[in-house]
Amino acid sequence: MAAATRRRKEGHVKTILRLSVNGKPREDAVADNTLLLDYLRDALGLTGTKQGCDGGECGACTVLVDGQPRLACSTLAHSVAGSAVETIESLSHEGKLSQLQRAFHEHLGSQCGFCTPGMIMTAEALLRSKPAPDRGEIRAALAGNLCRCTGYVKIVDSVAAASRCGEPRA
Amino acid sequence: MNAPEQKALLRGAKARAPHGVGARLPFVDGVEKVTGAARYTADLPAAGALVAKILRSPYAHAELLEVDVSAARQLPGVRAVVTGDDCDMPYGVIPIAQNEFPLARGRVRYVGDPIAAVAAVDEQTATAALALIRLRVRELPAYFTAAAARQPEAVLLHDNKPGNIERAVHNEFGDTAAGFAAADLVREENYDCAEVHHAMMEPNAALAVWDYERGHLTLWSVTQVPYYVHLTLARCLKMEAAHIRVIKPFIGGGFGHRTECLNFEVICALLARAARGTVRLQQTREETFLAHRGRPESQVRMKLGLSRDGRLTACEAEVVQRGGAYGGYGLVTILYAGALLNGLYDIPAVKYDGYRVYANTPACGAMRGHGTVNIRFAFESLLDTMAAELGLDPIEVRRRNLLQAPTDTINGLKITSYGLPECLDWIEAASGWKERKGKLGRDGNIGRGLGMACSHFVSGSAKPVHWSGEPHAVITLKLDFDAAVTILTGASDIGQGSSTIITQVVAEVLGIDYSRIRVIANDSAITPKDNGSYSSRVTYMVGNAAAQAAENLKRLLVAAAAQRLEVSEAEVDWLGEAAAVVGEAGRQIGFAEVVEQALVATGTLHVKGSFTCPPEFQGGKQRGGAVGSSMGFSYAAQAVEVSVDLDLGKIIVEKVWAALDCGFAINPMSVEGQVQGAVWMGMGQAMSEETVYENGRHKAANLLDYRVPTMAESPEIEVHIVESIDPNGPFGAKEASEGPLAGFMSALAAAVEEATGQRFRILPITPARVFAALADQPDAVAPAPTLARGAA
Repeated sequence: MAAATRRRKEGHVKTILRLSVNGKPREDAVADNTLLLDYLRDALGLTGTKQGCDGGECGACTVLVDGQPRLACSTLAHSVAGSAVETIESLSHEGKLSQLQRAFHEHLGSQCGFCTPGMIMTAEALLRSKPAPDRGEIRAALAGNLCRCTGYVKIVDSVAAASRCGEPRA
Repeated sequence: MNAPEQKALLRGAKARAPHGVGARLPFVDGVEKVTGAARYTADLPAAGALVAKILRSPYAHAELLEVDVSAARQLPGVRAVVTGDDCDMPYGVIPIAQNEFPLARGRVRYVGDPIAAVAAVDEQTATAALALIRLRVRELPAYFTAAAARQPEAVLLHDNKPGNIERAVHNEFGDTAAGFAAADLVREENYDCAEVHHAMMEPNAALAVWDYERGHLTLWSVTQVPYYVHLTLARCLKMEAAHIRVIKPFIGGGFGHRTECLNFEVICALLARAARGTVRLQQTREETFLAHRGRPESQVRMKLGLSRDGRLTACEAEVVQRGGAYGGYGLVTILYAGALLNGLYDIPAVKYDGYRVYANTPACGAMRGHGTVNIRFAFESLLDTMAAELGLDPIEVRRRNLLQAPTDTINGLKITSYGLPECLDWIEAASGWKERKGKLGRDGNIGRGLGMACSHFVSGSAKPVHWSGEPHAVITLKLDFDAAVTILTGASDIGQGSSTIITQVVAEVLGIDYSRIRVIANDSAITPKDNGSYSSRVTYMVGNAAAQAAENLKRLLVAAAAQRLEVSEAEVDWLGEAAAVVGEAGRQIGFAEVVEQALVATGTLHVKGSFTCPPEFQGGKQRGGAVGSSMGFSYAAQAVEVSVDLDLGKIIVEKVWAALDCGFAINPMSVEGQVQGAVWMGMGQAMSEETVYENGRHKAANLLDYRVPTMAESPEIEVHIVESIDPNGPFGAKEASEGPLAGFMSALAAAVEEATGQRFRILPITPARVFAALADQPDAVAPAPTLARGAA
């Protein structure tokens, strides 16, 4: 009991976390044991990033850390100090949906929408490194993101549609 | 007014226009989903909310002698602790089968049964408080299979249910003995299906606010059925329903998990009242698995009679379902399995014996294709096996048993539209069936195969759970000074797109721009009651109500336009965004001006539409005959192509061709999405998904061990829509989401049989099972015959 109380108190020890979130530099006092997911959702109110499982199973919490997809539910916030974090909220610019967002909307790559932010962020990382993937490459790259509504076909359609747009990527 | 009288509605392909019904409209709430702005229950802001946690039973079956929460209550930061003492009202979705308490009273019946719950200032404190709760129990024998629970000496889970049988169903329609006597071939086989779970992507969550001064409660939850949650909260908290408000925000899927009030919703409300504040209860994925409500582990004994030319002469089926610890929807599930043996093919005689059995596992419930899926696997599988014995093609044998709509089935179902023949034609052509079936050959260690099967489902249960005499669906349209049309609906959009379908119906009838239409859904303080999103009822029932509401509003608008234009109503040419005088296109006024006129002397308009399924559609006279009854049945056929690694036992689904008769596709893109999702969910059950309990402990309560197919393992699914134009559906539409699921299992088994020579009668057909079967282990392929004997 005493040890548990001590651990709980230690958990509350906060240190300054410096990083950039969606292009904006931040300095926040964050507990050492805070997960990136909880930091984004609870401290910054960026609830677009979802928690779908108990840790690393479903991909719903995928964000980009220095351009790479990362599971925010299995990442300590302090472990990405100094990095650039991008969430789903960063993709739409000046009222215009990103290519992927528009494609997921128009091609019904999103039904209930719960997996969608993670799915789009993983796809964003894919298209940045490989602008014109084939359907097999899309399926392989997004295999860590589960969706229970679509059977995935229209997700692949959406990513393929976005990749064909040919407009420069962010 | 019921649908049959709605002659004014355009029907079928003629109604197709890029504008309203028939358009591939993206979801009206889709932008929020792709920007991350959509707020699900766990996303709702609630600064300072208390954090709730549930203490769950580590015992599968035990008497609760004492639950000592005194130390937990004294822990600093704890604001409320509740136990079974705080709610003595049993609940359950079926009024005659209410035997569940939100927190156990006197007995726990499965590992995970909630015992106590805590609300505290933060998660750590809540967790620490749970650890301080002391239990004193007397363990009881626990049963993890239906057979064990049915042993004569077994302790009863519920004292009023002898033999641990929740419900036994015995029906015979037609003369099965004569049917089998007349058959040229009679065969009987046993089939086993593992228990499966919905695994919707959003874990369970609720947020409750207790208004201490007024004694009122507001609950936000992930439910598909806010109305049932509302009733259950009133019952369990012994509150006036008028003092409760239930709101459903965006929700991340349901598939039937959320078609009844679940314990965490009541627990969250009990805690908010006890703590006199705001309580957030987020369930882990593991806890979400423990709330279960999925498709039961089932044993099916199936017996069919066929004439030499492939005509069905009789069907006899026995189903045993392990229902889990509580009633839930159980009696409906076991009735569904028997009822929908009918309505797909023309069968002159059908006998059904069903047994729903209590066991010490999480309670099962409604899952996509409710009750009909496992028995369809058995039926389609045996039909294939027997057709092969008679030298008949699988598609051809099904063609020889088609219904002729309109018709009444022997158990009292009304079939008014039937597009199954066209579904069969399409999958035959698209899959290259005639040229390829049986000729795919083998490529080294890779076997190949093609299989097909059919399935069907209701478009809403024709008799509601609560027979209150109200219409099945009510919708309200609000028209005000801003010339916007606000749709007020209680229909729960759970991701299936119901808000979009309702919007398309209203836009079609009124002809106005989408930007004028908004949907406000699922707030009991604002929106009309709706029974909820289950049994695929929303498009059919709420769609009809929406069409009627829009027609009623249009009549008022046309009258107002006539007044303003100073002509008779017959002379008004309704253009949607404007109204003109017939033959004088120059004499017209805009929509806003029409609205201005319509509000003169009355102000804000609220126009209602409703829909009721007439009694003649509500099933046969037999006990439980309402279950399975519907005004419209969807029909589906699918062909599945596989390759199988004969060394490793690994199956790859190469392609699926799925055809669905949904009556009329109000939104073809959405129908395709529903069909793909349903077929794919069937694939998960067929190939990998399975809950696993070890001494009652769920060993697969996460998304790695509960193996949902990933994108890399999932096939392309080509969809063809057949439009049979149902006479009573809105614009001819029927359901599109559940019917296509049940065919997958048998189609896969048939394809795997062609590839491997083994016909699997056990689900899921995992690589381990295929591997064992190829090593000549017969129990990998089929269950032992004794398992399925319900009379044992």
